[in-house]
Amino acid sequence: MRYIPLKTAALAIVCIAASALMAHAESLAIRNCTWCHGASAQGYTPAPRLAGQRVPYMQNQLISFRAHTRDNPFSKQYMWGAARSLSPRAVRDLTLYFASLAPDPANDGDRELTSTGRTIYQQGLPDANIAACVACHGPNAEGVAEIPRLGGLAYTYLKRRLQQWGEGYHATARAPMPRIASKLSRDQIEELASYLSFIK
Amino acid sequence: MSAIWSDPLVKMMKLFEAYRMVRAGAVGSRSRARRKMIFVGLHSALQATVLSLVFSTTGYADSVGKPSPPRGGVAAKMEYCQDCHGPSGQGYRGFYPIPRLAGQQTEYIENQLRAFIERRRPNNIMANVAHVLSPAMIAALAASFRSFNPAPLGGAPKHQVAAGKKIFEDGVPDANVAACAACHGPDATGKGLVPRLAGQLYPYLVKELTNWGKERGQIPGHADTSFIMAPVAHSLTRPEVEAVAAYLSYLK
Repeated sequence: MRYIPLKTAALAIVCIAASALMAHAESLAIRNCTWCHGASAQGYTPAPRLAGQRVPYMQNQLISFRAHTRDNPFSKQYMWGAARSLSPRAVRDLTLYFASLAPDPANDGDRELTSTGRTIYQQGLPDANIAACVACHGPNAEGVAEIPRLGGLAYTYLKRRLQQWGEGYHATARAPMPRIASKLSRDQIEELASYLSFIK
Repeated sequence: MSAIWSDPLVKMMKLFEAYRMVRAGAVGSRSRARRKMIFVGLHSALQATVLSLVFSTTGYADSVGKPSPPRGGVAAKMEYCQDCHGPSGQGYRGFYPIPRLAGQQTEYIENQLRAFIERRRPNNIMANVAHVLSPAMIAALAASFRSFNPAPLGGAPKHQVAAGKKIFEDGVPDANVAACAACHGPDATGKGLVPRLAGQLYPYLVKELTNWGKERGQIPGHADTSFIMAPVAHSLTRPEVEAVAAYLSYLK
């Protein structure tokens, strides 16, 4: 083993530690989230992208996790604990930070299903009593206020969420989504999730 | 006798009885037993076929464990309307403001649904919704929403309400704008083709009044009741629109 002078080694260790501590915007609180949601908050299966998400939506979800309203398996396993000790101040700061990041589209859906997915999203399926998503989520799936941005979220995440409502899992109390999503067939869910995953 | 035959247990017993008769070797009864077996067997097969046809479904929901939604009728269509317009028809602030339908005049709703179909009122989302509705369905939906009476959604800036009340009750004489109350009623509940405005969404009222010329009466030469609002919408200034919209959005 090569001999490294003690002082050199100590200096190197201190420099690395200092640069880590001074890393821009990588406070401990944010790192608690990016462990799972990805270093740039773009998502990392199964955790969804947080970058560019709507502030009131994310705040509602954190409240929902703490109140155990949002009860699907991954939420229960990971987010209930993660949200438990967040102060209101932390909730506000974290959600403002993540909303400010530019979202990257996941681009991981099935390209062949996107045009059918677009039809369902923009026009709905009136014969099947399925509302057009665009009415609430916007023409570019960007969302508004407490309605989430869907554009560019991961295919598997969107698919799982849409399926879970149909299986009886809950979200925030006032959401109309459970009934709407329950009417979708498996094929329609895949088409929608594919279409949305490519939206910038 | 046919009632007994429909019991699967009885059928099984008859089959078994016939089989026993054949096995017992009773000559005279063999052909009768065989006929009985054949008859019971065919009867079972026919019932099984009919039952499987009746209960096979090809629907939009394809997973077995999911509760199947009501597929037909006014109730299912009402739920669909409520998905966007709110559980009691109170409206919803989606990406686009989705108006309150609760307590709305039936003639007005019916006229608007027809306007969406005919494109007198261009709106892609509502055109898709409306073009599959039969006249009977339209009438039923309008009647249903008429009966709801939830509290207004609210959320409008409160400081403008007083000014809005004045515009609603007295109009804007300098701009030749008549009092809204004259046609919409002193409590803004409307009548016939004139819509109820009480409790309507603030962003929706603002959008309609500021975009009237682009959203209503879009087929030239086609008589449309909306033309009567065109000069009003044109003459009101933006602050006046916001004030009267704020006032109306809180009315019960």
